[in-house]
Amino acid sequence: MAGIPHDHYKPGSKGEKWLHSRLPIVGLLYDTLMIPTPKNLNWMWIWGIVLTFCLALQIITGIVLAMHYTPHVDEAFASVEHIMRNVNGGHMLRYLHANGASLFFIAVYCHIFRGLYYGSYKAPREVTWIIGMLIYLLMMGTAFMGYVLPWGQMSFWGATVITGLFGAIPFIGDALQTLLLGGPAVDNATLNRFFSLHYLFPFLIAGLVIVHIWAFHTTGNNNPTGVEVRRTSKEEAEKDTVPFWPYFVIKDLFALAVILVVFFAVVGFMPNYLGHPDNYIEANPLATPAHIVPEWYFLPFYAILRAFTADVWVVMIVSFFTGGIIDAKFFGVLAMFGAILVMALAPWLDTSSVRSARYRPMLKLWFAILVFDFFFLMWLGAMPAEEPYASLSLIASTYWFAYFLVILPLLGVLEKPLPQPKTIEEDFNKSHAKKPTIEPSPPAEVPAE
Amino acid sequence: MAQNDENGTRRDFLFYATGGTAAVGTGAAVWPLINQMNPSADVKALASIRVDISEIEPGTQLTVKWLGKPVFIRRRTETEIEEAQNVNLDDLLDNAARNDNIAEASADDQNRSLDENGEWLVMMGVCTHLGCVPLGDGAGEYNGWFCPCHGSHYDTAGRIRKGPAPENLAVPKAVFVDDSTIKLG
Repeated sequence: MAGIPHDHYKPGSKGEKWLHSRLPIVGLLYDTLMIPTPKNLNWMWIWGIVLTFCLALQIITGIVLAMHYTPHVDEAFASVEHIMRNVNGGHMLRYLHANGASLFFIAVYCHIFRGLYYGSYKAPREVTWIIGMLIYLLMMGTAFMGYVLPWGQMSFWGATVITGLFGAIPFIGDALQTLLLGGPAVDNATLNRFFSLHYLFPFLIAGLVIVHIWAFHTTGNNNPTGVEVRRTSKEEAEKDTVPFWPYFVIKDLFALAVILVVFFAVVGFMPNYLGHPDNYIEANPLATPAHIVPEWYFLPFYAILRAFTADVWVVMIVSFFTGGIIDAKFFGVLAMFGAILVMALAPWLDTSSVRSARYRPMLKLWFAILVFDFFFLMWLGAMPAEEPYASLSLIASTYWFAYFLVILPLLGVLEKPLPQPKTIEEDFNKSHAKKPTIEPSPPAEVPAE
Repeated sequence: MAQNDENGTRRDFLFYATGGTAAVGTGAAVWPLINQMNPSADVKALASIRVDISEIEPGTQLTVKWLGKPVFIRRRTETEIEEAQNVNLDDLLDNAARNDNIAEASADDQNRSLDENGEWLVMMGVCTHLGCVPLGDGAGEYNGWFCPCHGSHYDTAGRIRKGPAPENLAVPKAVFVDDSTIKLG
C-alpha cells in the first residue's frame, strides 16, 4: 500500500491462497499493520491510537446507553436518571461516555497541535490533514448534539444559543434554523433528530478515519525531523523504519494504558468535574441559567465567536461595505468557522520548505505563543462577556488568525532554518545508538528535541 | 464525439436523458428527506393561542409559552407608562418599534404597547442578544427587564437601554379578542 518499499503479504497455506485469490483481505490487513514506520517517532505520535480507542469506546458505550434512553422532552431527563440509578452499571457507562468525550477532545487537540508543530500537514500529506479537519468538525457536531440529549438546563440553552448561530446567516438564516429545530424553538422535534444524528455521526467518523489512515499510509508517516524515509530500495528504507507491528503498537498501547489510568481515576472519583451542575436541572424553556457556558472543548472557539462585537472596527467596516448583511452576530459566526478553516488551509499558507519546527527557530516561538493563545482563549470562553475579557478575547482571536494568515506565509521568507539531518537513521542514531550497530537499539526513550 | 452519424447522436441522447432523469430523480428523492425536518402539522397548529388576561392586576406580568418561547404579558401601572412615554427617543439604542402588528415605525411607547392607553405590553421574553429570558418586575437600571446572562437592561416599554443586546424586545402579533382575552399569532 505504502510508497515505502517493504515485504508484502504472501499467502502460505492452501486455505490462505484460496481466500487471497478471491478476497485479498488478509493481505490488506497485513500490509496495514506491518507498514514501515519511521523509527524516530516520539511520544506525540501516540494520539492516533488513543483517538481510535476513544471512537470505539464512545460507539460501544453509546450503543448500550441508547438501549435505556428515551428521546422525548417529557422523559429524556428522567431516563438519564434511570440509567444512573436503576440500570445495572448504568452510572459507570454514562460517566465513561460523558468523560470519554473529554478524553477524545484532549487527544484530538494534542494530535492536531502535533501536526502543526512537526509540519505533518505539509505536502504530500494535505489530504490526510483535510480529512482530519473534517473528522474534527464531525466530532464537534456529535459532541454538541450528545450534550443536548440529557435535556438539562445547559443542554437546552446550549442548543438554543448554538442553533441561534445558524439564524444569524443572512437571508436563509431563519428558514435554516427552523429546519434544524423542526419548529420555532428547541423542542421535542429537535431532541429527536439530535438523537438520530448523534447515533449516525460516529459511523461517518469511523468511515473517514479509514480514509485518513489510507491517506497517510500512502504518503508514509511524518516524523519529528520532517525528513522523508528513503525509498530507493528496501534495504535503505529498512534503515529508517521499523514495522508498525509490533514496535509501535506496543509503544502506543503502553501510552494508552498510562492515559487510561488517569482517565479511569477521573471517571471513578470525579466524574462530574468537567460537567456543569446546571445540567442536573431539567430543561426549562421559561428560565435561563445565569451563565451559559459550553463544554470546555468548545471554549476557544466560543471565545472567538463572542470576540467580534458591533463596536470592533473590523466588524464595522465589513458591516458598512456589505450594507449590513454581515452584522456583528454573523461576523462572529464567520470568525468561529473561519478559525477552523484557516487551520485547514495551513498546508497552503505555510511557505517554508522545511517541515519540522525542530529546525525552524522562529516558528518554534510563534508556535509556543499559539499554544498559549489556545489555552488563553479557552479560559476567556468561560468568562462572562464583559471587560476586560472582551478586549482580551479580541486580541487572542486576532493572534489565532495572524498565526495562520500572516506568520506562516511570512516565515518561509524571513526565517533561516537550522541544518536538518540527512536521514531519519542519522537522527535516530544521534539520540539512541552510541555506536553504529545493526543490532536493535535499547528501548526507546523520548528522542531529544 | 462530434460525429453526426446515427450511433453518436443516439448515444449522446441516451447519455443526457439518463443524466437528466438521474438528476431529477435524485432531487425528487432528497427533497422529502429534507422537508420532513421542517415543522410538523401539530407544531404548526399551535402557531396561534388565546390567553385569558382577566386575572392580571396592574403592575404584574403573566409569562406564557408560545411557539416554544416565553411571552411576557404585562399590565403596566401609571408610573411605568409615564416613565416609558417620557423617554427622549434620542436616548434609545434601537429606535425601531420592533412591533409585528404595525408597519415600521419609531420606538415610541404608543408603537410598542397593545392598547390605546398603553396599559398592556405584550413582548417576546427572549433577549435579543443570545436568546436568554430576561428577569421582569422592574428589574434592571431602567425598572423594566434585565437579562442576567450578559447584562442587558430594558426599560418599562421593553426597549434596550444598556448592554450588548442589539434590539428592543420583539412585540409579536397579538390582538384583543374581547376584554379579557388576547390572541397571540
